[in-house]
Amino acid sequence: MILNLIYRSLRQHLLSTVVTAGSIALASGLLLTVWVVKTQTSAVFAGTNSGFDAVLGARGSRLQLVLNAIFHLEASPGNITAADYEMIRRHPAVKAAIPLAVGDNFRGWRIVGTVEQLFTDIAYAPGRHYAVVPGGRLFRLGKLEAVAGSYAAARLGWTTGTTFRPYHGIAFDPNGEQHEEVYTVVGVLEPTNTPADRVIWIPLEGVQTMKGHNPLAATELSAVLIQLRAPTAGLMLNNQLNAAGGRLTFAYPIGTIVAELFNKVAWLDQVLTLIAWLVAVVAAGSVLVSIYNSMSARQRDLAILRALGARRRTVFGAVVGEAAVIGLLGSVAGFAVFVVLGGAVAAIIRGQTGVVLEPLRWNPVFGWGPAVFTGLCVLGGIVPALKAYRVPVAETIAPVS
Amino acid sequence: MPLLEISQLTKSYARPGGGRHRVLDVAAFTLAAGGQIALRGESGSGKTTFLHLIAGILAADGGSIRLDGDNLVTLGEAARDRRRAETIGYIFQTFNLLQGHTVLENVELGMAFGRGVDRARAAALLRRVGLGDKHRHYPAQLSTGQQQRVAVARALANEPRLVLADEPTGNLDRRNAREALALIREACHESGAALLLVSHDERVLASFEHMQDFMTLNRALAAPAS
Repeated sequence: MILNLIYRSLRQHLLSTVVTAGSIALASGLLLTVWVVKTQTSAVFAGTNSGFDAVLGARGSRLQLVLNAIFHLEASPGNITAADYEMIRRHPAVKAAIPLAVGDNFRGWRIVGTVEQLFTDIAYAPGRHYAVVPGGRLFRLGKLEAVAGSYAAARLGWTTGTTFRPYHGIAFDPNGEQHEEVYTVVGVLEPTNTPADRVIWIPLEGVQTMKGHNPLAATELSAVLIQLRAPTAGLMLNNQLNAAGGRLTFAYPIGTIVAELFNKVAWLDQVLTLIAWLVAVVAAGSVLVSIYNSMSARQRDLAILRALGARRRTVFGAVVGEAAVIGLLGSVAGFAVFVVLGGAVAAIIRGQTGVVLEPLRWNPVFGWGPAVFTGLCVLGGIVPALKAYRVPVAETIAPVS
Repeated sequence: MPLLEISQLTKSYARPGGGRHRVLDVAAFTLAAGGQIALRGESGSGKTTFLHLIAGILAADGGSIRLDGDNLVTLGEAARDRRRAETIGYIFQTFNLLQGHTVLENVELGMAFGRGVDRARAAALLRRVGLGDKHRHYPAQLSTGQQQRVAVARALANEPRLVLADEPTGNLDRRNAREALALIREACHESGAALLLVSHDERVLASFEHMQDFMTLNRALAAPAS
């Protein structure tokens, strides 16, 4: 019987029900998005190393070096020499060393010079190697050829055979200098769900010797991506190369350095979470206000129900149940809001960093989130339920003159 | 044994300035099972309070209200609510239909808190009162006379032993009042429910074989104000 009363009350106040459930849905969707993005981004970013253990670069911030070389963000802290590259490449502790050179872009998409061994010898994730979409191939050294990351190619509308002229600088300026060289896309990489998808890859010397670049830096590099033979080697190289007064920075381990970034902005995470919870409480408060305000208009109905034999606890339970159902409906609709919001946030993060989030992957918040929202709404329903409990039957059903 | 037997029933309310004002003092009243009786009472005579006490909507200060042998005065509120849901039907002066519920749902509410909803019986009751084709209508879509008939069907929904009718024709024109009264009396007679009806309409009162003057029954009206 209580379920029937709840259903009929929600039906009778349909607009109020929809609006209130809608506010719960927005709050719930926001909380789910903040929570999922918060828990996934730090883990995914810290876990992204594109198959490498460390990065060697010019003296400067380790975080900046990693952001530049692994995530293809930020400017390079400076250049290192070919001799530095040879030193690290020949080091007995180093399994592989892949040079990178940056300095150009095409409409904001970063152009990175490297060697083909990056694509042929390196697993960017355990068991996963780079591959070119059928119909294409890797670039050849010394040629004006390019391989596009899958995301960049899709956004630019590029296929094999597309030609382009790079712009100077890592940031796009439509009025900026455009190089004379004309490159041809000879292949598009299969998606890797790593920052490599956002990059246009060209032969290393292409960046180094581009007309307009400093000829004295023709052999210099932005960074070297390093695979170590053993983890302990990282500590040794860290001590050796990061000594005070040195010219180089050895960023190791990559995951820890990225995690430090998230530690630095942990306050932002807490602020966002607090805001999400405040929105949740406000939404639950809206349930209280909505149902409470309707109590005056519903007093007569409640008194009639009592006059027909409904007990006080029945009308109390009906009002609390109504609040619970609104919370439940809002929480369910909140998933739809989360799918849209979470998808949008994931798309932005992917577009900016190449890192791929999976918003729909199971997260415990999918369980406790709706339960908490429903519980908050139940709490919000108690005050109006108490009002319903205390309705004076005889006075209320008296004829209104 | 009478179905309803009232003895030394009293009810008072607190005065704003202190003290208590006795509004009801009935020495004795009985109604036989299946019987029908009308009470003449003017506005303010306490007749609604009298009906509310019998229905268990209000708690008496003293005396006894025996319904089918059980003294309602000794019952707690929840027990009175249950008794009302199971054995009493009430026809209110202003019908008191729930506007957000359909006609059928209103009738079902008359049985919901007692024996439980029986949709087929609710539909049959609506056919009995001539509203078989109005199941899905809402009260606002019905005429005053039709709303009164829904109220009658609801009052009979829980197969009551006793039907209380408080000025059931007060809001009706003469023709509808005549038809409503006939329907109430016939329906109660068919179901075997006793009927206690209060009214100040002489035409209504005149149709009953048994009629009492509430002004005489309620000794509180004769007593000086304390």
